[in-house]
Amino acid sequence: MDEAQQPAPSRETDDEAFKRELVQLIPHLRAFARTLCGDPAAADDLAQDAMMKAWDARASFQMGTNMKAWTFMILRNQFYSEKRRSWRQSQLDQEAAERTLVAVDDPEAPVALDELRQGLSMLPPEQREALILVGAGGFAYEEAAEICGCAVGTVKSRVSRARRALHAILEGGAYDRDGEPAGDAMRSILADAERLSTVR
Amino acid sequence: MSDGENTKRGRPSRERHAEEMIEQKPSGERRKSSAALDEARLRQQAIGVRLRQMFDQVVNEDVPDEFLEILRRADSRSSEKG
Repeated sequence: MDEAQQPAPSRETDDEAFKRELVQLIPHLRAFARTLCGDPAAADDLAQDAMMKAWDARASFQMGTNMKAWTFMILRNQFYSEKRRSWRQSQLDQEAAERTLVAVDDPEAPVALDELRQGLSMLPPEQREALILVGAGGFAYEEAAEICGCAVGTVKSRVSRARRALHAILEGGAYDRDGEPAGDAMRSILADAERLSTVR
Repeated sequence: MSDGENTKRGRPSRERHAEEMIEQKPSGERRKSSAALDEARLRQQAIGVRLRQMFDQVVNEDVPDEFLEILRRADSRSSEKG
């Protein structure tokens, strides 16, 4: 719209602005990495790698566009290329998932969160990430599609399949935990969500 | 109190629908299935709340110093280069 070709602002100013925005995104990158890796230490490594990749590629980023989506895409690509290279073992190893629960201060929360994590870990990765991006990361379907490098319709169907599957898992069916009757997971999530939504 | 914000598609007020019911006599079946829909929606909402909570929990953690340290080092390296 504004056609006047402005002289490029000085490199330093750009870098500073970029850095400021990038720093604000670190918590979100960590959270996304945690959902991909499970293990908090591995997740932080991944988030750091992604942050550095974003920093190195800052010249190719257009300020004013969606940096969050851009960095998430970098992180995701990083995750999958590392995974292709080396990684076969734990998609979300149980121990790691449990370790992430230590920091929860609500005594009732761990149960449902643990079950939610286990439920998530049972979803196909592409469904899981779509659900996380849209359902937790606050991305629009279009943005999630960009991040995952697929069509918007694909994201929509992944999210809805993930929702259904997760619901079924938590409700009972596939999910089993020694001793605890199925359906408890869903019940505790429901009870908890009700409490949380009154706070919101 | 908890259903303040999500009534957009939620259960309609009984009064408002009383008239329609007299005229249209919606079958009990229909009511049942919409109740089931509400239930399913409620459950999905609950999962959604949990999912966000799980994510936000990490977002709200303090960022380890390492992150800023790495970035600071990279920044000074690149400004040395010019």
